[in-house]
Amino acid sequence: MTDSAEPLVEIRNLSFARGDRMIFDGIDMDIQQGKVTAIMGPSGTGKTTLLRLIGGQIKPLTGTIKVDGIEVTELSRSALFQLRKRMGMLFQNGALLTDMNVYDNIAFPIREHTQLSEKVIRTLVTMKLQVVGLRGARELMPSELSGGMARRVAMARAIALDPMMMMYDEPFTGQDPISMGVLVRLIRELNDALGLTSIVVSHDIEEASSIADTIYLLSGGKVVAHGSADNLRESGSEWAKQFMNGLPDGPVPFHYPANDYAEDLLAGAKK
Amino acid sequence: MLDFIQQLGRSGFDFFQRLGRANILFAHILGGIPGMLVRIPLVIQQILSVGVLSLLIILVSGLFVGMVLGLQGYNTLVDFGAEESLGVMVALSLVRELGPVVSALLFAGRAGSALTAEIGLMKATEQLSAMEMMAIDPIRRVLTPRFLAGFISMPLLAAIFSAVGVLGGHFVGVGLLGVDEGAYWSQMQDSVDLYDDIYNGVIKSLVFGVVVTWIAVFEGYDAVPTSEGVSRATTRTVVHSSLAVLGLDFILTAIMF
Ligand SMILES: Nc1ncnc2c1ncn2[C@@H]1O[C@H](COP(=O)(O)OP(=O)(O)OP(=O)(O)O)[C@@H](O)[C@H]1O
Ligand SMILES: [Mg+2]
Repeated sequence: MTDSAEPLVEIRNLSFARGDRMIFDGIDMDIQQGKVTAIMGPSGTGKTTLLRLIGGQIKPLTGTIKVDGIEVTELSRSALFQLRKRMGMLFQNGALLTDMNVYDNIAFPIREHTQLSEKVIRTLVTMKLQVVGLRGARELMPSELSGGMARRVAMARAIALDPMMMMYDEPFTGQDPISMGVLVRLIRELNDALGLTSIVVSHDIEEASSIADTIYLLSGGKVVAHGSADNLRESGSEWAKQFMNGLPDGPVPFHYPANDYAEDLLAGAKK
Repeated sequence: MLDFIQQLGRSGFDFFQRLGRANILFAHILGGIPGMLVRIPLVIQQILSVGVLSLLIILVSGLFVGMVLGLQGYNTLVDFGAEESLGVMVALSLVRELGPVVSALLFAGRAGSALTAEIGLMKATEQLSAMEMMAIDPIRRVLTPRFLAGFISMPLLAAIFSAVGVLGGHFVGVGLLGVDEGAYWSQMQDSVDLYDDIYNGVIKSLVFGVVVTWIAVFEGYDAVPTSEGVSRATTRTVVHSSLAVLGLDFILTAIMF
C-alpha cells in the first residue's frame, strides 16, 4: 500500500467519447486513501462511465488512471482481474445474480476466487450479512428483496473479498428516508471499520454531503468544482451554487439545446 | 436508389460484424472448456435445466411423429404388399432425419429461446458487468457451461425422440393396423446399420447442438440490453437456428448418404 498522503486513485487528463460526443474532456481527479469521495453531477454527465473507466471496463481516449499506483489503462486482462479482486463495486440496481439466493450470491466471489471449505465460507458470509444487517434474509431469492435490501446484499457481496476500495453507483436513488439513512451509515461505517476508500456517485446533495470528505462536481465533461461540502457551499462558483442549492436554471441549463421557441411554435402554425 | 445501395452496404457490413463477433465469442467459449472439466457440477446443473426443459415436448412430439409415420408408412407400403417393412421405414426416417432435425427445431424453440432470454436479461440487469467487476469472466462462468450442456443434451434428446417415435410407430402399425410384431422388430434390426445410420444421425445432432446453442448464447450475449432488445434477440434465436438446422441438414445429408 502507498502511504496515506498519496491518492489511491489518480486520474490525469482523462478524455473519453461515445461516438462524436465527448463525455470527459481532460479531467483530473484525486481520490484520497481512506476517505469517502462523492462524485456528483447532472444526469448523463458520465458518472457511471467514470466508475467503469476506473474499473477498467472501458478504455479512455487519452489520459491515465492510476489505482494504488497501477496504471489501469495498460493492464492485460489477467492483471486487470487481479486488480479488480481488490475493488468492490455496487451497481445502480444491485445486479444480484437472480438464480441464486442471498447466501449464494455473497458466497459467489469467494467460491470463484478461493479454495476455502464450505464451513469457512459459511462463517465469512454470515459475518458479511451481519454487517449489513440481513443475516435473517440469507435464504431469500433476489426477487423477494426490496430495492434497499438488494443493495445491502450487493454491498455484502462487494466486500466479500475484503477489497481496498468500494465504488457505489447511485446507492440512494429510489430509497425511502429510512433505508437512505441506513445506506448512508453503512457506507461510512464500512469505510472506516474496514479501512476502505470509497467513491460514491450520487445525485443526492444532502446525503452525499453528509458522508463525503471530498466532493467532485462534474458537468459538461469537466470537473467544475471540488472540495469539502462546506467549501463548495460557500464557494463563489456558479456551478457549485446551482448544484448545492438545487436551482433549476443556471450554468446547467434547464432546456435541452433546441432551436428558437417562437420559431418552433410558428412552424407548427404554418402547416 | 443511392439510399438502397447504402442500406444494402450497411446491412452487409452489420452482418459480417456480427459474424465476426459470434466467432470471437465462440473461440472464447471453447477456451473455457478446459476450466469446466474440473467444474463438472456446473455443467450438470445446466444439462438439468436445458435438457429437462425440452424433455416433455420431445417425448410428446416423438410419440406423435412416430405414430404418423406408422400410419403414412402403412398406407404406402400396403399397396406393394410390403407392410412387413414398416419397422425399417419408421426407424430409418427417425434415426437419419426426423430425430435429429425435429428435436433440434424443438430444442431451439424451447431451450434455445430460454437461453437467449436468460443471458440477455443477465446482461440487461448488469449481472454480467457485475461479474466482470468481481474479476470473474462471464463468458467462461455463464456461457461455457450452458454451451456444453446444449452440446451434450442435443444427441440425447434426439435419441429419446427416435426411441419414442419407434414405439409410436409400433403402437399404430402393430397395435392398430395388424402388422406382424416379429417382422416389425427383426426387419428393423437387420436393416438399420450402426455406422451408416445411427452414427450419422448422432453426428447430425451433435452439429445441430453446437449450432443451436452457439446461436442462442451469442444472441443473448449480444442483445441490446433492454427488454425490447432481449425479446428481439429471442425471436432471432428461434428463426436463425431453425434456418441453420434445416440448411445444415441438407448439406450433411448430401455428404453422408
Ligand atoms: N453503451 C453506451 N453507448 C452509447 N452511449 C452511452 C452508452 N452508455 C452511456 N452512454 C452515454 O454516455 C453518457 C454518460 O452516461 P452515464 O451512464 O455515465 O451517465 P450518468 O452520469 O451515470 O447518468 P445517470 O445519473 O443518469 O446515471 C450518457 O449521455 C449516455 O447517453
Ligand atoms: Mg449512472
